[in-house]
Amino acid sequence: MTALMEVQGLSKRFVKRLDLAAKIASKLGADVQEEVVHAVDDVSLVIQPGEVVGLVGESGCGKSTLGRMVAGILTPTEGTVLLDGIDTAGLSSSDQSAAALAVQMIFQDPFASLNPRMRVEQIVGEAPLVHGLVDRAGLPSYVDDILLKVGLDPSMKRRYPHQFSGGQRQRIGIARALAVRPRFLVCDEAIAALDVSIQAQVLNLFMDLREELDLTYLFISHDLGVVEHIADRIVIMYLGRVVEAAPTEALFADPKHPYTQALLAEVPRLDQRKRDFTPIAGEIPSPLAPPSGCHFHPRCPHASDICKTTVPSLSRLQKSWDVRCHLHTAD
Amino acid sequence: MSVLSVSGLKTHFFTRDGVVRAVDGVDFELDRGEVLGLVGESGSGKSVTGFSLLGLVDPPGKVVEGNILFCGQDLTTASQQHMQELRGSRIAMIFQDPMMTLNPVLRIDTQMIEAILAHEKLPRKVAWTRARDGLAQVGIPSPEQRLRAYPHQLSGGMRQRVAIAIAFLNNPDLLIADEPTTALDVTIQAQIVHVAQTLCRERGTALIWITHDLAVVAGLADRIAVMYAGRIVEAGATDQIIDHPRHPYTVGLLGSVPSANRRGQRLAQIPGMTPNMLSLPNGCAFQERCTRGDELCRGDVDATFDEAGGYVRCFHPHGSEAGA
Repeated sequence: MTALMEVQGLSKRFVKRLDLAAKIASKLGADVQEEVVHAVDDVSLVIQPGEVVGLVGESGCGKSTLGRMVAGILTPTEGTVLLDGIDTAGLSSSDQSAAALAVQMIFQDPFASLNPRMRVEQIVGEAPLVHGLVDRAGLPSYVDDILLKVGLDPSMKRRYPHQFSGGQRQRIGIARALAVRPRFLVCDEAIAALDVSIQAQVLNLFMDLREELDLTYLFISHDLGVVEHIADRIVIMYLGRVVEAAPTEALFADPKHPYTQALLAEVPRLDQRKRDFTPIAGEIPSPLAPPSGCHFHPRCPHASDICKTTVPSLSRLQKSWDVRCHLHTAD
Repeated sequence: MSVLSVSGLKTHFFTRDGVVRAVDGVDFELDRGEVLGLVGESGSGKSVTGFSLLGLVDPPGKVVEGNILFCGQDLTTASQQHMQELRGSRIAMIFQDPMMTLNPVLRIDTQMIEAILAHEKLPRKVAWTRARDGLAQVGIPSPEQRLRAYPHQLSGGMRQRVAIAIAFLNNPDLLIADEPTTALDVTIQAQIVHVAQTLCRERGTALIWITHDLAVVAGLADRIAVMYAGRIVEAGATDQIIDHPRHPYTVGLLGSVPSANRRGQRLAQIPGMTPNMLSLPNGCAFQERCTRGDELCRGDVDATFDEAGGYVRCFHPHGSEAGA
């Protein structure tokens, strides 16, 4: 089976160019250098059709950048994105736009990601009309259909985004993504901004849509509880690198990487009462100056000398279980 | 004697569109060293409750009714000057966004020393030492250097630590924490909860932890109060609330939290949206989203107490049916 989405050796570097003053200073011999952030560093990922992959990490780990590259919004600095086994960068422009339609993205902030001056019917209907998925005569009923699918009343389609609550706006965002009949959805913290009771509604909607429309998801979140609920497989990132990737159940039962272990131990759970919070020490290092070797070594309880100097490689422990740690190397 | 006893607290906002009853009859008590988790969704009035305790409700808002007894004194009738003496010394508060509470143009040492000298006459040198020790206590490495830093030079987690250090400078009897970890990552959240928990235990400080995250307070609080549309709909011991919730809203909230043993199944969602505070129905505010709502719910609902001191404000609470 060809993977629906495959990324190989994907990297993204953001460079802060020197401004005029800094350029002159460096000409005069001052030690000024361009600042480079390795937001995503050599990430490979395979997503099978129908799969839900959860991408987890803390802020600044590059999970959103990776999501945007997968969705085709950002161009990778290195590496390739393959859709159905075909490199999207090498396609003709018409094929490229077809490929772009197949992958859609849903954003975190339902207040910032909808144009406040467009009515809901325009927001949802614009893209399918432009791409010729529907003609002008069929548009109203097409939009109604999609709104019903995401649980919105079609009679509200003449309204503007500000007339809706946060949960409803997120549904509009989902409707907009679904309107071009995608096969793959990248959800970037899609429920993080919502209240708990509304989060559950939207999560349920995602699961219903998955069954109904045969969708594949890349579900990006910092909330392990949410990802544990919805994902089949989880990928954990730390400072731009994948540190562990495994099937959800196995990962939660027996996390291998020390960072994953720490992360799982610190997720607050309903069934833990009056616990003593014993946090992992240290903060997330700046991605501008990541630690040498394994990025996690300054916070890792098992760090040894090799961790400070050598970057561990991502090694396959078992079928579909990858870990990037010197403690776990496949022999 | 309890540190804090709040009864019938009502804080209303008199806006142009009408009266918003943000807090509408809230009662709770807090003993020394006790941790109360105040849980609710946005707009439920949990933060306004916190602000009311400190006398920090700005116009058009006003505490219109009720008593706040802090160590026996009523704060609702206290003078401005008296409140100023209490704030920052015996009652302290930490907020969601420490960038908003720290002054961006003052160094950390200036802000910390100011907080000490506002309540005590001390030589500056002594205040500085106390500020340094305060930073060390919340686990900030090389506190002498950090004292000379400006807030923007610190990370979000560090800033929240500084906020906690400032809150504890004068050994408060009561600490109100308003969503202090919402903006932080999981590993940093655990660090902040750990710091607040240890300091409160060491010093016997009572803690009110305001949050929307039931999972955090489940591990932290002795008691939980659940707020909905300005009222506490259910309160009780943590185990009671989490394991045997009685109010349909609490049941719905708990059902909405994804957990390991329900992986892949549909979550028990609460239908509808959070209510508009300007047009609440008569009686129970939750009736329109409630599966058990009926005619009875439009009447005024009183709290039913159980033996353990917990209460639920519902005509049809869970667990009251025969055999349940």
